[in-house]
Amino acid sequence: MTSDRGLIRKRSLFSQILAAVLVNSVYEMSNFPIVLINTVLSPLSFLVVIVFVSHGSLIGEAVLGGFIMSMFSAGVGLQGDLSHLKNDFKLQDMVVSSPTSWQTFMFGMAISEIVYAFPALIVLVILAHYYLQLSALGALSLVGVLLLMFLTSVAIGFTLSTFSTDIVQSFAFSRLISTLFSTIPPVYYPITYIPLPYRYLAYLSPTTYAAELAQNAAGYVALTVTTIAVDWVILIAVTAALFLVARGKSRWREI
Amino acid sequence: MNESIRQLTCDNLTKIYGNSKTKALDSVSFSLPSRGIFVLIGRNGSGKTTLVRILATELEPTSGSAKINGLDVVREARKVRERIAIVPQEARPIPWMTPTQTVLSYLLWRGFRYSEAKRRTLATLETLGLGRSLNALNRSLSGGMKRKVMVATVLSSEAEVVFMDEPTTGLDPISRREFWETLREIGRDRFTFLTTHYLEEAEQLADQIGMLDHGHLIRIGTLEQLQKSVTHNYSIKILSKPAPTIPKLEKGEIVTAMDGSVRVLTAEEEAFRISRELTKAGYKFTINPVSLDDIFFYLASRKSGE
Repeated sequence: MTSDRGLIRKRSLFSQILAAVLVNSVYEMSNFPIVLINTVLSPLSFLVVIVFVSHGSLIGEAVLGGFIMSMFSAGVGLQGDLSHLKNDFKLQDMVVSSPTSWQTFMFGMAISEIVYAFPALIVLVILAHYYLQLSALGALSLVGVLLLMFLTSVAIGFTLSTFSTDIVQSFAFSRLISTLFSTIPPVYYPITYIPLPYRYLAYLSPTTYAAELAQNAAGYVALTVTTIAVDWVILIAVTAALFLVARGKSRWREI
Repeated sequence: MNESIRQLTCDNLTKIYGNSKTKALDSVSFSLPSRGIFVLIGRNGSGKTTLVRILATELEPTSGSAKINGLDVVREARKVRERIAIVPQEARPIPWMTPTQTVLSYLLWRGFRYSEAKRRTLATLETLGLGRSLNALNRSLSGGMKRKVMVATVLSSEAEVVFMDEPTTGLDPISRREFWETLREIGRDRFTFLTTHYLEEAEQLADQIGMLDHGHLIRIGTLEQLQKSVTHNYSIKILSKPAPTIPKLEKGEIVTAMDGSVRVLTAEEEAFRISRELTKAGYKFTINPVSLDDIFFYLASRKSGE
């Protein structure tokens, strides 16, 4: 019998993050490999449609859109996964009553979503190598945009997951987020393709600013310095605000 | 640890959910040594899960306080979490993982290094008789084995205090009895706080028993102490409905619950005299030595009548 109890002198933060990555991506992918196909298909399917409809002329924008949506979907995917693990297996209850903090849990789960998105990201990197012309600054700018998109979506996904009490709520949240952040905004094509009165609606979504910055970084649109600065400020502000909401409003522990 | 602080203490613990007018827990106060197995019994909705969730730092009380081994579960939640582990009600292993992966990942979440977590995982699963299913998918395991996997998570940990909320609910009677051995194993080594609505389970496992009804703690003590709450040693449970008029008792008590069900608690000779009369009149009943079930029925009825 395991009788060696007593406090662990130093708990490993790496182990706590590794646990999330193993449970939410590695074990699922290794024990149930068909999910790998799904992770590749979802962000690439819209890319393929845009390329066909534009007869190949928008392939660069579509690849950039694929990157943004892969990162955004990865973060938002946290909502569905955490809700499922919390409501159906009571995992959150077990972790709340353990030495893992909510920040570590969220960070570990976020990393697990990136790991889950690896197959799609690898395909996109290969496509980017052939179809995108990025300078060093442009590449850095793209990485920054993708990181902010991921953090934004992680904050949204984590907060909503702590509120959902069943799978129906979880699905409702997922569909709403997907429509608001990926279907309406011009992520896979330039914003100028949207008629003017409707264009302003697109600016309600942070993914629009991300797409603008990414398209500018790759030379598909030419933004003024002011617009670039405003886009960055908005993205950073939205991300920070959502993290504050996650900190203040998420129901890690019930009251 | 200093024996004087190896205590689980609740002081006027009260919980009201949201805008509800009823109290899920109503001024629950008790103190007991945090050793062995404590079994909290009560009907569905009596407040057992609420109490466990507060003690396990998952839920904040509306008022009152609770301490585990001297640590306040609200103000010192982080320190408490270093020392406790829980298998929540309705928890089950993730179907696409194996028992090894389930236990290993839980230990990693507790901050164990990988090699130590692996060693503990394999040792615990072997001990619980899951050695042949280490790498089977959880979905292929029987209900009893799935429960064992969940118990293995807390058993393999370093936690001094383990909470298990209705761990045997849904198991068939034979699996439940087999599972008791596992629970005894945990109780030998660390303080185990168990909830159940199977009173037989409490009789078999508990060092101390608490009885919760409608958010009130109606009695706490050892089985022997609880048995002394009832001065009679035989119980007649009336099955016929509506309940017949009970022949006049020379000694004993007729207990009627809020739902109208009736039991007669009395001495052996008197019990047999009444049973002969009930048989003659054609009524259905059972007659047994007083059990924990009768004690709970008696105390809960008295409390509701106050």
